[in-house]
Amino acid sequence: MRHGKYPFVIGFLFAPVTLYVVFVIAPYAQAFQVSMTNWRGLSAPQWVGFDNYRRLLDDGNFWKAVQHHGVLLLALPLITIAIALFFSFQLNVGGRTVNGQRQGVWGSKFYRVVFFFPQVLAVAIIAVLFQMVYRPNESGLINGVLMKLGFDPVLFLVRPNLALWSIIAVLVWQAVGFYVVLFSAGMASIPGEIYEAAEMDGASRVTLFFRVTLPLLWNTLQVAWVYLGIAAFDAFAIVAVLSVDSGGPDGATTVLANEIYRNAFVYSKYGYASAMGVALFFFTLTFAALTLRLTKRESVEY
Amino acid sequence: MKTTLPPSAAVPPPAALPTPGKKPSSGSHARGRRSEVRFLSSLGHIALAVWAVIVIVPILWTFLAAFKNTGEIFSSPWTLPAELRWENFSRAWTKARVGRYFMNSVVVVGCGTFATMLLGSMAAYVLARYRFWGNRAVYYLFVSGLAFPVFLALVPLFFVVKNLGLLDTHTGVILVYTAYSLPFTVFFLAAFFRTLPNSVAEAGMIDGCSHVRLFFQVMLPMAKPGLISVAIFNVIGQWAQYQLPLVLLSNAKDKWVLTQGIADISVNAGYEADWSGLFAALTIAILPMIIVYAIFQRQIQSGLTSGAVK
Repeated sequence: MRHGKYPFVIGFLFAPVTLYVVFVIAPYAQAFQVSMTNWRGLSAPQWVGFDNYRRLLDDGNFWKAVQHHGVLLLALPLITIAIALFFSFQLNVGGRTVNGQRQGVWGSKFYRVVFFFPQVLAVAIIAVLFQMVYRPNESGLINGVLMKLGFDPVLFLVRPNLALWSIIAVLVWQAVGFYVVLFSAGMASIPGEIYEAAEMDGASRVTLFFRVTLPLLWNTLQVAWVYLGIAAFDAFAIVAVLSVDSGGPDGATTVLANEIYRNAFVYSKYGYASAMGVALFFFTLTFAALTLRLTKRESVEY
Repeated sequence: MKTTLPPSAAVPPPAALPTPGKKPSSGSHARGRRSEVRFLSSLGHIALAVWAVIVIVPILWTFLAAFKNTGEIFSSPWTLPAELRWENFSRAWTKARVGRYFMNSVVVVGCGTFATMLLGSMAAYVLARYRFWGNRAVYYLFVSGLAFPVFLALVPLFFVVKNLGLLDTHTGVILVYTAYSLPFTVFFLAAFFRTLPNSVAEAGMIDGCSHVRLFFQVMLPMAKPGLISVAIFNVIGQWAQYQLPLVLLSNAKDKWVLTQGIADISVNAGYEADWSGLFAALTIAILPMIIVYAIFQRQIQSGLTSGAVK
């Protein structure tokens, strides 16, 4: 029955595997190699061992970027998940009970559709949109209102200690809807009887949320945390387009991806940029491993 | 994965509802709990409405500003435009070349997603349903790609594409998009193909169906729901790409994709003070997404979240 299996298998795998090895695997493997050289693109690369990594330790911009990843890594998942959990609880179990099934509040469907929409837009487009929203004079969406009310304009992207938070706000703006839908799917699979039983025992809505919904949603929360963490290690498009001189003012919003891009394609320091890439890779890997370890816990069967 | 949506139209506002005795939960503290319920749900409802406004207003404001002139944008950012200035759009479409960028994006994403789906489903099918030496190794080779950040590979990738003579060409971008979309596509579709019943495939084989025909005429149609989810995932992912085209198309401005183009227009708008043109360009970029989203809202939501639920 398995006549001519091998020619078929090889025929089907040849094109995808070749493409994948040439454009994905080979560059990844080369990245480690290039990071050990002082390659500038013109002459042949010279082997310099760990020199690039040693230089990283003294690079102020690199550490700034790492610090920003730290902030992003805490703030982005915490804020997004908190808001999304609150909303999805409202949308799924916030309403009354109909025929033994918990309902969302009125207009749940509408909210879910609207909240999710920013997810469909490209980050670069959203970044341009928020450039307009954050504009420092009366043509900006926020400052236009503030100035009409007689306040001074807020320099969202220019003040160094505000710039990163302005960017985080945009990332949250985009992400919340996705996690509302994700958590809603999780909540919809929690049987209504559990809520009913808890309510009969006199559980308040807050208790319901913390004692029923949250533990039963643990696996989904873990996935959300990993996703948002990975997003926190990227953030290239938003920083490159939205911030002042892509990473500014004066490095106040820079992230590793921007430093890699700048070093490679503006300064042509290919070896050094690759070393940053390797560092980024290990940060991502450590984060993923830590998250999976720390959040490991008995999942509740129901 | 399906999100079960409650028939919201049939549910009146909760504040108007709680009739005594009807709630299954009404016990001794029913009165206290009801007021708590009412307070919390109205608070929650206000929060929902506020967030909806936060999402909608920037987009709506952009659409309105696209019809204004620069003077109006500064003097009355919150009013309706005095007249509908369609010339902003024609300026954005032709002079700022948004039309060009838009078509480039359509070509690149269309070809990229098609190639991804074809090659990805072929690889996933073979890996999921045929036993042969090296199967696991190839599968893990693909799946390991999910763990690496693209930025690690950026420098060598640039030179790989350059050495192949594909720099500043759409072919190069399409091949790179396809290659980087394969890990998720293979991972997702392999899981999907594994769930398909064996009996149909066996029946086809007994009827003398070749492996290739079996794949294209029997298995692919059966995998349609999975294919649609991944296709949506890839279209939206590739449409949103910014860093790869930035690196791979930097010197060929007439080949730029929409994300790149809009970001560039926004820089130039600062020099030329053509804000209304920029708003029009943004509108052209956002409006089609709203229309597509309005039509395929269900599929898009489940397509994009499908990766997380696996």
